[in-house]
Amino acid sequence: MIGSDLVMYEEEFRKIDSELQKLHQQANAKVVFLVDKNGQLIASAGDTHDIDTTSLASLTAGNIAATGGIARLLGEKEFTILFHEGEKDNIHISLIGQRIILVVIFDSRSSLGLVRLRVKKAAEILGKIFEEITQKVDKEKGEGKLEESLFAEISDEDIDNLFR
Amino acid sequence: MSFINYSSREINCKIVYYGPGLCGKTTNLQYIYRRTNPEQKGKLISLATETERTLFFDFLPLTLGDIKGFRIRFHLYTVPGQVFYAASRKLILKGVDGVVFVADSQIERMDSNIESFEDLKINLAEQGYELEKLPFVIQYNKRDLPNVVPVADMDKLLNNRKIPWFEGVAVTGKGVFETLKVVAKQVLFELKKHY
Repeated sequence: MIGSDLVMYEEEFRKIDSELQKLHQQANAKVVFLVDKNGQLIASAGDTHDIDTTSLASLTAGNIAATGGIARLLGEKEFTILFHEGEKDNIHISLIGQRIILVVIFDSRSSLGLVRLRVKKAAEILGKIFEEITQKVDKEKGEGKLEESLFAEISDEDIDNLFR
Repeated sequence: MSFINYSSREINCKIVYYGPGLCGKTTNLQYIYRRTNPEQKGKLISLATETERTLFFDFLPLTLGDIKGFRIRFHLYTVPGQVFYAASRKLILKGVDGVVFVADSQIERMDSNIESFEDLKINLAEQGYELEKLPFVIQYNKRDLPNVVPVADMDKLLNNRKIPWFEGVAVTGKGVFETLKVVAKQVLFELKKHY
């Protein structure tokens, strides 16, 4: 279980960020963000100023989890796209590679068709980047590099100090 | 399943408060929320029914501080305790890094405690976890009530592994931070062990 921790590196983060910026622009979206299935916010693009992205990330993951539960009850593997329509804003949620959730919030300046089209393209690219990350983590774990880079530096005392 | 972000220099972990209905899981989170500095916490989200019973989950993001330039963040979740929300409970355990089992100390709730404890083990197993291998703390809650079972007896019922436990009165905050501290510490030590 620990082996499936999500790790994000600077290099891949930049790639993801630029992909999200592109999607934000091309889909005419208000906000675009990526969440992992456990509710952790990974990256976002657009005007997130007035949005509580942490809460949004956790609720989106809850939403996907609940929908996934419904899917399994119906004998489906998963519903990969969710769409909620509001009076002004709409939200398009899609699953990338079983692990990552891509969320696009848009209003009347865009359309569902455009969002779906752009999301499909972005999802392919993002999916590949996450595959790269998984490979990189496995490789670094094998070489013991992760250990050197962070956790070896953290002493038991550091952890204790956090709770003083 | 923690999230280590080298880019934003953050480590995110997930702790789930588990236990039977009305044992005080939400009350634990509410107390933590009230007693934490604004800059350390996000919003407390409660997906509850009109009668304030947890329907899906409560969620509280908490920043503990920095270690070696990494911000340590915990996401605290509760499950809905009522028996018939079994399907939802299972979902919330996904990706959990540490568990707090909140037990109701009242004598008439002992069966519910045991049932919930078994339910926890089964649900974890379905996700591929073993409770024995997870950071895990028990809180014997509602110690202020008159009809409580002695801790030693509860320990026999629920804690044959002798994991850390705390007496709690979540409404007044007794034991709340002690419980959180120990489980959070365990999670970080576990993480350190695996990398």
